[in-house]
Amino acid sequence: MASPKSFVWTRRVVLTLLLLFVLIPVYVMLSSSLKKLQDVQGSFKWIPSSLTFRPYIDIWSTVPLAHYFVNSLIVSVSATLLSVAVAIFAAYGVSRYRFAGRRLFTVTVLSTQMFPGILFLLPLFIIFVSIGNSTGIQLYGSRLGLIITYLTFSLPFSIWMLVGYFDSIPRDLDEAAKVDGCGPFGALFRVVVPAAIPGIVAVSVYAFMTAWGEVLFASIMTNDSTRTLAVGLRGYATQNDVYWNQVMAASLVVSVPVVAGFLALQRYLVAGLTAGAVK
Amino acid sequence: MTATAPPRSAPEAGPPSGKPAAGGRLRPRIPVRLRQIGLPYLLLFPALILELLIHLIPMVFGIVISFKGLTQFFIRDWGSAPWSGLDNYRIAVKFNQPVGEALLHSFWVTCGFTLLSVAFCWLIGTVAAILLQDAFRGRAVLRAIFLVPYALPVYTAVITWTFMFQQDTGLVNHVLHDQLHLTSDKPFWLIGPNSFWALVIVSVWKGWPFAFLCLMAGLQNIPRELYEAAAMDGAGVWQQIRKITMPSLRPVNQVLVLVLFLWTFNDFNTPYVMFGQSAPHAADLISIHIYQSSFITWNFGSGSAMSVLLLLFLLLVTAIYLLLTSRKRGDADA
Repeated sequence: MASPKSFVWTRRVVLTLLLLFVLIPVYVMLSSSLKKLQDVQGSFKWIPSSLTFRPYIDIWSTVPLAHYFVNSLIVSVSATLLSVAVAIFAAYGVSRYRFAGRRLFTVTVLSTQMFPGILFLLPLFIIFVSIGNSTGIQLYGSRLGLIITYLTFSLPFSIWMLVGYFDSIPRDLDEAAKVDGCGPFGALFRVVVPAAIPGIVAVSVYAFMTAWGEVLFASIMTNDSTRTLAVGLRGYATQNDVYWNQVMAASLVVSVPVVAGFLALQRYLVAGLTAGAVK
Repeated sequence: MTATAPPRSAPEAGPPSGKPAAGGRLRPRIPVRLRQIGLPYLLLFPALILELLIHLIPMVFGIVISFKGLTQFFIRDWGSAPWSGLDNYRIAVKFNQPVGEALLHSFWVTCGFTLLSVAFCWLIGTVAAILLQDAFRGRAVLRAIFLVPYALPVYTAVITWTFMFQQDTGLVNHVLHDQLHLTSDKPFWLIGPNSFWALVIVSVWKGWPFAFLCLMAGLQNIPRELYEAAAMDGAGVWQQIRKITMPSLRPVNQVLVLVLFLWTFNDFNTPYVMFGQSAPHAADLISIHIYQSSFITWNFGSGSAMSVLLLLFLLLVTAIYLLLTSRKRGDADA
């Protein structure tokens, strides 16, 4: 379609402004991470007077960043894999079978999205502590507790999106597989899952980001040895000083893998949303 | 996509295949049918257990606690905390007393914050999605860059903004005061009345790409022929946006606005990373307020009562919203 001049100009102006809005914080993160401490302690400068990679070396010793990184990675990856697996089964059930309680299930699961996290933080804390006291299974303060908690956070959205996605895959395909001798699980894994890969990737990305970015439960439910990045980054602020250049360097190090992964997979997310959730 | 290659090893993945089972014994009919009925429940079982364990049971438990006088003295043995009936609620809604007054204040702050944040997220997301609908040079790059705030972990994004809002060393005051000379001195952004605006800006920056993402997906479902037909009839770009794009996006918008509302109203991460455990008065969002009432002053009963009130409010708003929007949709998808 031939866009008129007024539209093209509006587009240019608006998109430039948006680009600035989005990129300025990213620039601040990058440029400050390359400044000396005395440079970030003075008035802000757009152009650093001198560049140093020192913050990128110091971040690992100021706080045990590598340790937090590993914790975050273990928790987020496990939560993602489990959440996606659970969501695939549930979504398959909802999409392919008519059964009593189907609607109730979807409504219940979706409505958990609206619970304020703060409402079940404390009860969950008490439940985890009492499970630990009575059975010896340490959920409070452990990675396991955090994994179980996080995997439920992305579950409602994942199920919802996958149901939409599975619905868009013709039933004839898995019926045919069943005629050929597959059981329901065979049909799921040989036909439905391969056809729904974009949706599954999208849901995995969402689950990972949810877990990687969570702050509230991470700050209550972890101890020194299981602390995640979300809480650990606070360590760069001491009583007297905030090592802003190190904070920015650490933020960048923590963000780059997630952002790169996300941007590489964002096509799937849009495709997944298009086919699944947004209809 | 034809995954029906004939030579196949026995389907190991699923035990309940409709075939007569190996093992010599002929299975009677009823169990097979029973298993077929049970199958959907089996599929849902893990999800259900997890939702029960992490969401539903704690929620019920939270409601129970809200009727108890649970303070730090009883945290080891919560069962021994005395029942307090409706006391926690009564104190929470006595708006002329300090506790109730503070709760009401933070409720209004949260309402204002949510309205502004959702409105701007939606508006910017819509504009960006529409402007990026047509192919032009650099579209893919812009689309990727616009998603960066969404991809960044909340805490790194908010920490960066916190740095930018520092009074002496931040970019915001440098630009406003040193470069544009808009302010006579360097205002505080993280304490005092400005903190509310700082919070809104950060929330919008972080939140609008999600709206953008959903609306981009929604736009892809609009058939191009509609635009072509409209163009034939002489409709300009602006008219096409008004007459085709916006109506087609309505179903997406209905879900999107609700989700944005719920997420923003419950948002804890942004204020917590910006301000820590106690937010400035002007930016005292309800989630932080409840957190503080529960974990800092160790009054869990009172904190739970406030959470339940919050949940009731959200339920009410959601119900009204769903009623209003489903009536409009009406016959479209009964």
